[in-house]
Formats: sequence, structure tokens, C-alpha cells
Amino acid sequence: MFVSTEPAAVRDAAPTSEQSGILAILHDWVVTVDHKRLGIMYVVTGLVFLVIGGVEAFLMRLQLASPGLTLVPPDTFNRLFTVHGTTMVFLVGIPIVFGFANYLVPLMIGARDLAFPRLNAFGFWILLFGAALLYFSFVGGDGLYGAGSAPAVGWFAYAPLSERAFTPGNATDYWNLSVLVTGFGTIATSINLIATIATMRAPGMTLGRMPVYVWTMLTVSAMTLLILPPLSAAQIMLLLDRFLGAHYFDTQAGGSAIIWQHFFWFFGHPEVYVLMVPGFGFVSEIIPVFSRKVIFGYATLVAATVSIGAVAMSTWAHHMFTVGMGGTLNSFFAASTMLVGVPTGVKIFNWLGTLYGGKLRFRTPLLFCCAFLFQFLCAGLTGIMLSVAPFDWQLSDSYFVVAHFHFVLFGGLLFTIFAALYYWFPKATGRMLSERLGRWHFWLLVVGFNLTFVTMHFPGLLGMPRRIYTYPADRGWDVLNLVTTLGVPIQALAVLIFVVNVVYSLRRGAQAGDNPWEAWTLEWATTSPPPAYNFAALPPITSRRPLWDVQHPDDPDGPHE
Amino acid sequence: MNSTASRGRAGVIGFIVAETSLFAVFVVAYLFYIGKSPTGPYPKDVLELPILATICLLSSSVTVALAARALAAGRVARAGAWLFVTVLLGVAFLASTAQEWHRLIAERGFTIGTNLFGTTFYPLVGLHASHVILGLVMLSLCVVFACSGALRAVHAERVELVSWYWHFVDGVWVVVFTVVYVVGR
Repeated sequence: MFVSTEPAAVRDAAPTSEQSGILAILHDWVVTVDHKRLGIMYVVTGLVFLVIGGVEAFLMRLQLASPGLTLVPPDTFNRLFTVHGTTMVFLVGIPIVFGFANYLVPLMIGARDLAFPRLNAFGFWILLFGAALLYFSFVGGDGLYGAGSAPAVGWFAYAPLSERAFTPGNATDYWNLSVLVTGFGTIATSINLIATIATMRAPGMTLGRMPVYVWTMLTVSAMTLLILPPLSAAQIMLLLDRFLGAHYFDTQAGGSAIIWQHFFWFFGHPEVYVLMVPGFGFVSEIIPVFSRKVIFGYATLVAATVSIGAVAMSTWAHHMFTVGMGGTLNSFFAASTMLVGVPTGVKIFNWLGTLYGGKLRFRTPLLFCCAFLFQFLCAGLTGIMLSVAPFDWQLSDSYFVVAHFHFVLFGGLLFTIFAALYYWFPKATGRMLSERLGRWHFWLLVVGFNLTFVTMHFPGLLGMPRRIYTYPADRGWDVLNLVTTLGVPIQALAVLIFVVNVVYSLRRGAQAGDNPWEAWTLEWATTSPPPAYNFAALPPITSRRPLWDVQHPDDPDGPHE
Repeated sequence: MNSTASRGRAGVIGFIVAETSLFAVFVVAYLFYIGKSPTGPYPKDVLELPILATICLLSSSVTVALAARALAAGRVARAGAWLFVTVLLGVAFLASTAQEWHRLIAERGFTIGTNLFGTTFYPLVGLHASHVILGLVMLSLCVVFACSGALRAVHAERVELVSWYWHFVDGVWVVVFTVVYVVGR
């Protein structure tokens, strides 16, 4: 309770030890409470796990490349898709999304740091601890029982399958604790972001002048407060079942086989928006700058963001059409799912309206945004298809669904993350990423991604279920699966080029200067990288584009808003 | 900086929203499983209305509010006294819960694994009790600080935030009491 709220990061400015060299640098990063350093650590952690989760996916795709392969044994395959899913959602999506928010939100609203810097550090380190728990299960998951290592229950771990009777050993417990613990960190960070946005905006930074990205993070943080604790509650119930002999999900004692699905998806579906909406925020910041225009329809964009957050809370059971909920519930969740497509469609028009008539600068961030527009539209359309309950009955748990959500999270989210990395890398490091390597990265990723995931829809339509480790040759799935797998090395090469680009540009990249993209939001008003205190002096904030007003005192934005 | 808005208040509101969401799921699970136990004992066989404990906890909301108000007015000793009364009332509530659990577990042999009623009863009431314990730790620290002289009028907002948390714990008890001892019995 008596946590001091003083901006503790002040101490970062002073040298913390007399030593120099690697140990001193490491010490500085470990003890830091600076939102910028924590943001970078979050994002780097997320990217490291992106590579790890990608390797797991690569192994699965190798096994599925042609029928009847025995490269990966069936139980290992189960572990791979479980850990791949958990990694990508909890250790890649969440750290990168909240890492960017850590870095950008205080800068964009002209604040010194987040509201609770120490709580922020706690959020990061507990997340890293949760990640260690999940991956420790590969080593320690055997426990005393010798029954499997690494969880093999799928990333949504449906109970009663995940009960001790069906999944002995401790691997599932590591999964459980990992998700529980990372959840605590995410809740803490969400509270922090809300408190920061609510109370620490610079003078003049009214809610109506906040960058759209800050609005998306406010929405997402509020959603997180409502959806993550229910997941924690379900995890606690599963732990009670597994360790204390409770019967929450024990059908033999009268427990329900369905209620876990409700609890999980009450978290799990809004979670998709928690990951995706910040991506919308990135795009809403980047497209105007590279179109040299103000964002088209700021108010509708913000309203659409908040609406998505609200409607997304009541769509969860569209993951459960096949469990037999009855016509009324099926209709309700089908309708709410279609409804959430409306504000999402509004946003697409906002972005197109911004691009329309703009002086487009096709630099790497805009390239990624354009690919995002096409791919996310496809993802949304297959989403509307799957919201039709009878269509879902046909295709639930097929590769069509797998292709759909990879289009959302890879073709949508990951492309916006790369756009954001190219856009804000100069701010965080003071160096530009190479455009030449960036274009290679972009085109290889577009080709590889679409080769893999456009193709993946078709075996699903032809009846190929997800989570099978192999398949017979006579189903007509083999060529499609081979093509799906062939896209993977292309994507891997693209990511490798990105890594090379980062390493090269950190040493040799062109100096960025304060505002290399001629952008208008506050983070570009300070130096690159920003000092520990962020801003020596803030420009006056009288509109949504303070830096435009500084550069064009004869034509300020204020009167037009 | 916007000097009128308090980071602490915003943070505690966020925390309480998240906690509400956590409790809601345990309450939903309890409601969902009412009457679904294939075997006994059933709530009406073993539960008694904790009237006295409820009165203690609800009145502690009043005393903690009086403490916060006294501190805001600069009357530290008075605030410390009301905080101490709040702690006593909270301990009385906890003692009642402990007595109930002792009776159920040690005398009736009714545990979390007995049936669905036990499965949903102990985690819900226990989660609330753990929040009472957390609140008591914070309130006791306030009492200690009041005695040592470290608590001053400038800390009024922080004590008020503790009181918000304590009101929340009380509010949860109203829901738990209604669900477990009225609706479910």
C-alpha cells in the first residue's frame, strides 16, 4: 500500500556502480525501472520467443510435409503444438504488445514514465519467470511419474482432458503455473497503463487529442482487467482439481465438461482483440505519416476501437458451436461475432480514406501496413464465414480454422509489429534500419506467409482436421501440405534478414535524428534515443499533431479538429 | 502533469476491477453447481448463517471510513484508534470463518474433495478470507505506523485507498453471503 509513487527511474540517469564493462551494463538493465528499457526488454523477449515458437512450427510443418512421415513422433507433435500456441500467445503476442505500450505510451502523452515504475519492472520479470516455467517443463515435466515432458493438452487445455486422470505428470502443471504467473504480470501492466493514461497526460493532451495508439492501449488494458482474472480463476480451479482433489471439471462427480471452455474462451476470444487492437493502433500511427495526411475520421476510429473492445466481450462462445449449446445461444454468439466485424470494417475504411489522395512514401513501415490491410481483410472475411454456426459445424477444428487465425495473428498482428519495429527502431536506437534489407524482409515474408497460409485453407475445406501428426496419402491433401511447408523456409529467411538488419543497423545504420519520418506525435519531439527523463521541454499541445503545429505556426491543426 | 488526478486512486480502481472479475468467476461457478452434487452433504445440512461475523465485517467498513476521515482532518490518534477497531472487527470475522471451517472439516469430515458443494464452497469463501487477511495486514501496518508516529495527515489519501480495498472486501462478502448462505442454502 505504501508504495512510493515517485518517479524512481530518476536514479537511472546516475551511474549505479563504479564498475564498467559488461557486468555494469547488465546490472543497469536488470535493476532498471525505466519504461523505455523495460519496453525494449519486453519486445526483445517476445522476438526471441517468436524464433523459438517458429522453430516449433517448422518442426510440425516438416512432419506434415508429406503423408506418412515419421520425423516427429505423435506425442512429441502434441507437445509441439501445445507449446507453440502457448508461446505465441503468452510469450510473443503479449510481451510485444505490452512492450511497445511500455515504450510508447508515456512518450506519446508527454509523461516522464509509467505511473508505477516498480510495478512495471515486476510485470516484466514475472513474465520472464513464467516463460522459464513453461520451458522448464521440457526438462522437469516428467516429475515423479515419468509421464511425458512438456504439456500436450493444446494451448486451451480443455478440462477434463487436462485433469490428472487423463494427463498425469507435472508438465500440465508447469503450463498452468506459467500462464497464471504471466497473467499476473499482464494485469499489473494493464493497471499501470490505465493509471498512466488517466492521470499523467501532459497539459493540453486531452482525451480527444490522444494518438489513436494510446486509445487502443487504453481499450486493451481495460479489456485485460476484465478477461485475464477469469483465466487466472479457471487456472486456479484446475490446480485445485489436480492437487487437492476438487471436482470443478470432474464429470464423474457431477462436474461439467463444458464450463472450462466457457471460462477459457471468455478470456481467449477477447484476448485475440487484446493482441490485434494494438496492431490497429500501430497502423493508425504509421499510415498518416507515410501518406502525409491527418488520419481520416479520428472520432470514428476511436469509437470503433472502443466498440470492438465492448462487443468482443460477448463473442466467446463462437469457439463452442460444436458442443451443442442450443439454437438460442448459437444465434446470439453468431450475431455478436458478425457485429464485431462492423467497427472493424469501419477501421479499414479509415485507413483507406487516409491513404486515398495522400503523397504516399512507400518505405518499409508502409509496405508492411499495406500487406496488413489485404491480409487482415481476408482474415476478417474467413472470420465472418466461421461465425455462421452451420459453416462452423462443418469446419470447426479443421485446418481452415488454423489458417484463419494465423491470418489474423500472423498476417494481421505480426505484420503490424514489423511495421512498428521499422517505424520506431530509429527512435529507440538512434539508427535507421536498412531500407534495402527491409524490402527483402518484407517481400520474402509476404510471399512465404501467403504461400503457407493461403494454401492452408484448402486442406481444411477438404476435411483435414487440425492437430493430427500425419495423414494417409489418398485424401488429396498431400500437394497442398507440401506447398504449405515450402512457405516456411521463405518466412524463416525473411526473419533471418530482419535479424541481420537489426544487428547491422545497430552498428552501421544511418543516424536517425530526432524525427526521421517527419512525424507529428510527441515521441518524435525528443532525442533518439530519448533521455531517461524523456522530455526536457514539451511543445505546446493544442491539437492531435503537436509537431505539425510547431513546424507550421501559420496553419495549426487546432481549428480544423 | 495533471496534478489533480491521483495515480494511486486510478491504480486501486484498476486493481479492484480486476479483483471483481476474479471473484465473479468463482461466484458463477458456485451458482452453476448449486444443487448439482450427486451426493451429500448439502448446504442446508451443514451451513449456519454467520450473522455475527457479517455484522462485524460490515461495521468494520464504517470504522475504516471514520479512520480515513479522522486522518484527513489531521487527527492521527483518533484515526489510529478507529483503524485498531477495524482490525479487531476483521479478526473477529476471520475467527468466525476459522470456527466454521474447523467444524466442517474436523467434525463433519466435509472437505473440498467431498462433493461439488465442497469444491465450490471452500475456494469461494477461502478466496474472500484470503483477501480479508491481506486487508488486515495492510490495516495492521497502518495501526503500527499510527503508534510509532510515522502516520501523519499527509498519508490521508493512502489510508483512504486502503479503506477502498476494505470496502471492496466487504462488498464481496455481501455477494458471497447472498450466494452461499441465502440462495444456495
